[in-house]
Amino acid sequence: MFHGACSLIFESMWARLFNVGVESAPDSIERFTDTDRIAFGCPQFNQKKSMQASAQIAFDDASFSAFLASRQEPEWLATQRRQAWQAFGELDWPNRSHEEWLRTDIRMFGLQRYGLDSSPPESVELPQPQLAAGIELGGATVSLDSSSVKSQCEARWQERGVLFGDLGKLVSAHPEKIQPHLMRRAFDVNYDRFAALHGAWWSGGTLLYVPRGVVVDEPFHAFSAITDGGVDLGHTLVILEEGAEATLLSETASLNPTAGGMHCGGVELVVGAGANLRYVNLQDWATGVWHFSHQKAVLGQDANLQWTIAAMGSRLAKVNQHVGMVGPGANCQVNGVMFAEGRQHLSYHTLQHHEVASCHSDFLYKTALQDRARTVWRGMIKVDPQAQRTDGYQRNDNLLLSTSARADSIPGLEIEADDVRCTHGSTTGKIDEELIFYAMCRGFSRREAVRMIVTGFFQKIFDRITIDSVRQALGLAIARKVREYD
Amino acid sequence: MTDTLEIAGLHVSVEGKPILRGVDLRMERGETHALMGPNGSGKSTLGLAVMGHPNYEVTAGSIELNGENVLGMSPEERARAGLFLAFQRPIAIPGVKMADFLRHATTNVRHPERKEGEELIPMRDFRKELKGKMEHLRMDVEFARRYVNDGFSGGEMKRAEILQLAMLQPKFAVLDETDSGLDADAVRLASESIAEIGRAKMGLLIITHHDKLLEHNPPDVTHVILGGRIVEKGGPELAVELYQHGYDRIRSQYPEAEAQNQQMIQQEETV
Repeated sequence: MFHGACSLIFESMWARLFNVGVESAPDSIERFTDTDRIAFGCPQFNQKKSMQASAQIAFDDASFSAFLASRQEPEWLATQRRQAWQAFGELDWPNRSHEEWLRTDIRMFGLQRYGLDSSPPESVELPQPQLAAGIELGGATVSLDSSSVKSQCEARWQERGVLFGDLGKLVSAHPEKIQPHLMRRAFDVNYDRFAALHGAWWSGGTLLYVPRGVVVDEPFHAFSAITDGGVDLGHTLVILEEGAEATLLSETASLNPTAGGMHCGGVELVVGAGANLRYVNLQDWATGVWHFSHQKAVLGQDANLQWTIAAMGSRLAKVNQHVGMVGPGANCQVNGVMFAEGRQHLSYHTLQHHEVASCHSDFLYKTALQDRARTVWRGMIKVDPQAQRTDGYQRNDNLLLSTSARADSIPGLEIEADDVRCTHGSTTGKIDEELIFYAMCRGFSRREAVRMIVTGFFQKIFDRITIDSVRQALGLAIARKVREYD
Repeated sequence: MTDTLEIAGLHVSVEGKPILRGVDLRMERGETHALMGPNGSGKSTLGLAVMGHPNYEVTAGSIELNGENVLGMSPEERARAGLFLAFQRPIAIPGVKMADFLRHATTNVRHPERKEGEELIPMRDFRKELKGKMEHLRMDVEFARRYVNDGFSGGEMKRAEILQLAMLQPKFAVLDETDSGLDADAVRLASESIAEIGRAKMGLLIITHHDKLLEHNPPDVTHVILGGRIVEKGGPELAVELYQHGYDRIRSQYPEAEAQNQQMIQQEETV
């Protein structure tokens, strides 16, 4: 099984920031030297700290001021946070009168139950990451409850100007690289109250910056975990300059598979002209976690993006995934793999926005549901008037493994140019009993047959994923979930 | 002791409508039997009932493999016990590669006690065996990488069924029109393959309209089914008579069965 135990003892970044219960504050973040090999197994953190009872930092004005003061960030960033916090104060929580939230009920969500923890546990066992098995990495980050506990980039990539690591730390060290992009074109703090909350309070997270023309042939790995009831406000910022190439594998997990918590996050992918990014995002929080995320890629001329999303975890997920093609000839392929069970609610809203001519977008989302799970997929291809010769495709297939599961699939087109090719489609259905009978006639048990058929349902997406470890991890994750099918 | 398959007094209904009305048929491993009859007479129903299709309800009678009634077994258990059906219309399983499907199937049938999650037969051995059998059947190795019956031509599907027969090596196999949809050369190849793979080692129950298949696999016994009943039983000469002269003699000789056959065809048409 995948819950291999890694002992992790670390000092809390929050504890240092807020000066609670810390006797000394050695830097425990940059514990890996550049020459360390990165191997997923057991990263050891031996920095023992004594802690006082934890204090949660609520999301209110007083805490926000203390938070800002503790960060010691550049003034432009503090201003950005203040503006977002102001927006948060002016916005209401979204409700079911908004089209995007019509099918997604968050009345049970209460922000007051959550806060940034000033003192995470002294010693925890992190789940085993799933995406990076057996591959040589260019760098790795690990965060727990929005605090960085590991941030490492191989020296050979640092020497070529690559920046990879904890965004919270790198933002102060390299503002000239980050300021032009952070929450500019790929994140809108005014979009809704979750975006505003994230814009004000984001902490931890991951930066990947690859300079012009640099091709990184080793994937980077970012791992975010939360404790029971914990909060993750990590922000991901990827900047590939002209002609650069890189792969980032990011995944989330909870320490306990049934725990609660909250993720309110943002992802920005800025892919320059002719650059090539592969980005994989596996959301595997525990089944009590609220997951809110705004994710956007901006593609320059002839840029390429392959973006794979896997949504497995959380109690309720509401995700906006947006690809803006702003340079002619940009090309994106988006693969969505969702498996919902129990009473999970996964709501994904995709937008493929063709802002200029001659771009190509290809979105394929496949979802399997069992028990009383519910998914919402709402896709939109938007083609601006000047975006002639657009080639856009979107498709969503849903496989219902129980009679109580429900999938809402709402494809959409908004086309203002006249020379375009846009196709979309969606299917929702159960497994045909004849397939099961056929496999059973060949010696498969019913359960083996169902597992095989469900895996086959996703195969078309797996065939598109070009990273072996990712394909295998997602295949295993799905096969593990399939239970009896009646 | 020779393996036996014995069907006795078998009545089968689909959605409450009787299709088989008392079928008796006994065969031993190593024998080849032909099951012949006009459209709608219940040939395919017998094959599906032998494997335990959930929609085919056995209302009376028994199917015994070596004296053990299989009616209480799931299709999976029947397959593992050594029963096989080559489907008239094989089912596509999108996204599942033929080789993976067959490796799993072969493991389960050869190790009937295997539980889900236990080891499959080693990849190397399996690949070698599969490759050998595919070459023998003159199938392109690329075939193993395609998805099970997905986008296959009619002929490819039938050859894939024969490949499965060759890999699974059942005790008894019902071949339901395994020669239909094939051109003349392919029928000859299929007939030869079946003869090589199964004739001596298995009990074969061949459902066919073609003479070629039976030419290479002359039946020890020919059964004629009409209106859901075996109305006549004979040797290979009976099969020859039927594919040369058709069923007119049979229809007029068994008017009651013929009436039931017509009734079943009408019911099917109204559905």
